[in-house]
Amino acid sequence: MFGKILYSLQFLWSGLIVTGEVSGLVVGLALVFGVVLGAGVTYGPWFVAWPIRLFTDVIRGIPILVLIFFVYYGLPAVHVNLASFAAAVLALTLFSTAQVIEIVRGALQSIHHGQMEAGKAIGLTFVQRLAYVVLPQALRRFLPPWINSVVDAVKGSALVSLVGIVDLMQSIQQVAGRTYEALPLYVVGALIYFAINYGLSTLSRWLEARTAYIRD
Amino acid sequence: MDYHFNFHLIWRHFDKLAWGLVLSLELAVIAIAIGVVIGLALALAHVAGGRLVRLAIGAYVEFIRNVPLILLVYLVYYGLPTVVDIVYDAKTSFIATLSVYAGAYLVEVFRAGLLAIPRGLTDAGKAIGLTPFQRLLYVRLPTMLRIVLPSLSNTFISLFKDTSVASVIAVPELAYGAQWINFNTFRIVEVYSVVTPMYLVTGYLILGLLRLLERRFAVR
Repeated sequence: MFGKILYSLQFLWSGLIVTGEVSGLVVGLALVFGVVLGAGVTYGPWFVAWPIRLFTDVIRGIPILVLIFFVYYGLPAVHVNLASFAAAVLALTLFSTAQVIEIVRGALQSIHHGQMEAGKAIGLTFVQRLAYVVLPQALRRFLPPWINSVVDAVKGSALVSLVGIVDLMQSIQQVAGRTYEALPLYVVGALIYFAINYGLSTLSRWLEARTAYIRD
Repeated sequence: MDYHFNFHLIWRHFDKLAWGLVLSLELAVIAIAIGVVIGLALALAHVAGGRLVRLAIGAYVEFIRNVPLILLVYLVYYGLPTVVDIVYDAKTSFIATLSVYAGAYLVEVFRAGLLAIPRGLTDAGKAIGLTPFQRLLYVRLPTMLRIVLPSLSNTFISLFKDTSVASVIAVPELAYGAQWINFNTFRIVEVYSVVTPMYLVTGYLILGLLRLLERRFAVR
């Protein structure tokens, strides 16, 4: 049994790389879009804020699995042809972006509006106020929940196995199907996911403790 | 765009979606009920227990929360029967998995609630001569439930959405119904533009219901 598992590790490794690529892309893209749209929903006029609210409320109400299938099967039907990898990354990015928008909004709103006004009073432009006054303070409130959303992205990436992408989850399925060692392989897979995500959660707790000197 | 929408086939098979939604709700309700029992029991044990108990509960919570649900579903449905001599169908297997998954999230919610109970309340209970069990039943549990209501809503909605993962082991809930219609009629855009609102509306109905409870009971 152990021989088979050791032998299977090389297949799992290539799957792990794909899981890393999917998660990394999703986390990076969602961070960029999430921060921009999160600032838009917090400070923008209603015609900017409302569509973003609608987007987050709708996306967060749909199961990720349904979102992945919708994007994967739906886009080719309307003649948008994406490779399965791109479709999966797009679906997960939509979901993760909605999460990040909410986290950014929460973090920005936690900063007293007096800070923004003080920046205005000393003549900083909007972008300067954001960059030098609000964002550095909001960062502390942003980091811990954001890392939780990274964990969610890694967990969510396991669902891309359903649209034919050979990520860690799918390579576990393939090896399990070939070797009939289902349970040990699932346990190994669970331990790999656990190691990644527990590492991230630990980082989040450490950051939370480190930045806890700010009190309301 | 030259895609021709055709909703007839969706309505013809709508029973698959309607009954799918009912089953999704059934899965969610049963798993949440079992999860609440697991969560409450372990939260109380965590607050009252020694180091070893806390370590064991912590291990359970951290392990489950950091592993994708789909992997746990496969593990229980395909993995466990290879070593344990029990026979269960996909639905039972999924309910068991989602219950254990829900339990891990709910332990944390309830534990935070128990720790947030003002010290004075339990002391007051002690002062009027309530036994520890009476304090738990009449003071700590009701207060804790009122404190955790808002975070409970979020967890419940998440768990309702998570029932869609049951489709990977062919439990005929809503997401499975969608895939069935997709593969049998190829009306892809139509089926998902019907199923997505079904999830959305149901989710927001659950949320609205819980908000009503919150408004009635939550601690301000």
